[in-house]
Amino acid sequence: METVTSTSGIAVSGLVKSFGSVHAVRDVDIVIEPGETVALLGPNGAGKSTTIDMLLGLTRPDQGTISVFGHSPADAVKSGIVGAMLQTGTLIRELSVRELVSMVASLYPHPLDVGEVLRLAGIDDIANRRTNKLSGGQVQRVRFAIALVSDAELLVLDEPTVALDVEGRHEFWTAMRAFAARGKTVLFATHYLEEADAYADRIILMAKGRVVADGPATEIKSKVGLHTIRATLENVDSESLALLPGVSKVDRHGEAVTLSCTDSDAALRALLNRYAAARDIEVRGAGLEEAFLELTAEPTTQMEGTR
Amino acid sequence: MTAVTYTRFELLRTFRNRRFFIFTLAFPLILFLVVAGAHRHATLDGISFPLYYMAGMVAWGTMGAVTAGGARIALEREVGWSRQLRITPLSPAAYFRAKVLSSYLMASITIVLLYLAGTSFGVSLTAAHWLEMTGLVLVGLIPFTILGILMGHLLNPDAMGPALGGGSALLALLSGAWGPLVTGGFLLDVVKVLPSYWLVQADQSATGGGGWPLEGWLVVAAWSVALLVLAVRVYRRDTGRV
Repeated sequence: METVTSTSGIAVSGLVKSFGSVHAVRDVDIVIEPGETVALLGPNGAGKSTTIDMLLGLTRPDQGTISVFGHSPADAVKSGIVGAMLQTGTLIRELSVRELVSMVASLYPHPLDVGEVLRLAGIDDIANRRTNKLSGGQVQRVRFAIALVSDAELLVLDEPTVALDVEGRHEFWTAMRAFAARGKTVLFATHYLEEADAYADRIILMAKGRVVADGPATEIKSKVGLHTIRATLENVDSESLALLPGVSKVDRHGEAVTLSCTDSDAALRALLNRYAAARDIEVRGAGLEEAFLELTAEPTTQMEGTR
Repeated sequence: MTAVTYTRFELLRTFRNRRFFIFTLAFPLILFLVVAGAHRHATLDGISFPLYYMAGMVAWGTMGAVTAGGARIALEREVGWSRQLRITPLSPAAYFRAKVLSSYLMASITIVLLYLAGTSFGVSLTAAHWLEMTGLVLVGLIPFTILGILMGHLLNPDAMGPALGGGSALLALLSGAWGPLVTGGFLLDVVKVLPSYWLVQADQSATGGGGWPLEGWLVVAAWSVALLVLAVRVYRRDTGRV
């Protein structure tokens, strides 16, 4: 039995979506309280966009329930509770930036002032330019303005900074924070851990269509902020290496040893202390992709084992 | 919400799309000026040739003008704009209304231009005949307007050009917009269930036909309803990434 969810915030339960044989989203549960800024973090193909599409009513789930501020996704969109910036898409032509934002503003019951939104999105200097004469970064900012002007309770942003340079990213997040500071709920998808860490109250980590972790940024960072130590080392068995502090996993191919570490500092000190013969030492941060594989390897095997 | 502002911007976009605007209006007008100009004093089936040809060009030109709206929809889908609109409170009814109004705007300009050109070649009708012809054309365009929207949500922009150009030329040809091609037999029975036939007939009511018989109203109504049902269904389903 589904419990009736609260009328505020987002409640997603048992969400499943497949496209043919591709299981895009497998049994996802998400709860977001009003006013939270939450990052949906994961590598490409994690199911972030599909989840967001279902949240916005663009894709119908195979199974599961979604409540957006007490409404179905379609009703939430219809009543103007949701503003969103999709991952893909450009702008229609034949209108100026200001006209386009005004056109979208007119569709919402209580839109923000168009001039204010143009300033907030950093595009007031190109307000009178035609939309087909913009750079990729400018298009992205206009798309952001289109999402903002709704003044919706919930702002959904699917990989919003993809086409932006470093400066553009910074300005973007500043604007997003200003919006969130007004008590709005924000959900954004990203595959940059740094972005999720810097701008979200909470991170929901997705991989292979599942939520693999959900918590404050620090907690997620300790899980995915893995480091590996590589070294050349003779005559030491894997079992002994696995006993080193801070080491979670050992791989060895002949003399080449790879240690996956939760605390690479402690591991490295202990390694050099006990095995002075270790050479060619290399420490590096595991990419997000590798960290996800690490995190997701176990649950997947378990799932398949029980079937 | 009335979505007046949204509709106003849609119309503004139509006017500003210069290439779309010019090409849609130019071809029927040029064809009329060239062909009717060359046979200014001829008669066909007992009617002055410029009148006959003006009526045919109105049918073909407005058919092209309203279905061309579909090509713009296909383009909006391709750039992801349709999906962006789906996550706004814009209702399907308001969306359709804005598209229909832009299409009728283009059709109206086509009609006015051709009437002016016709008049300059000596076409002269009573006010009642002008009105009757115009009224029937506007009704006869309903199924084509919906067809344009339907195709816009089904086809990609690459397919729209040939589909619209070829389709409207074929329909206009069969339905007699360029001259009485099909005048009897089995083929006429087939052509008579096409809405384009009645669009051409609408024009030719002014040339002495006296409006549509019941059959014409039924054919146009049946196509309108069937296409509308299809278009609404396709529009509802069309939320995926293109």
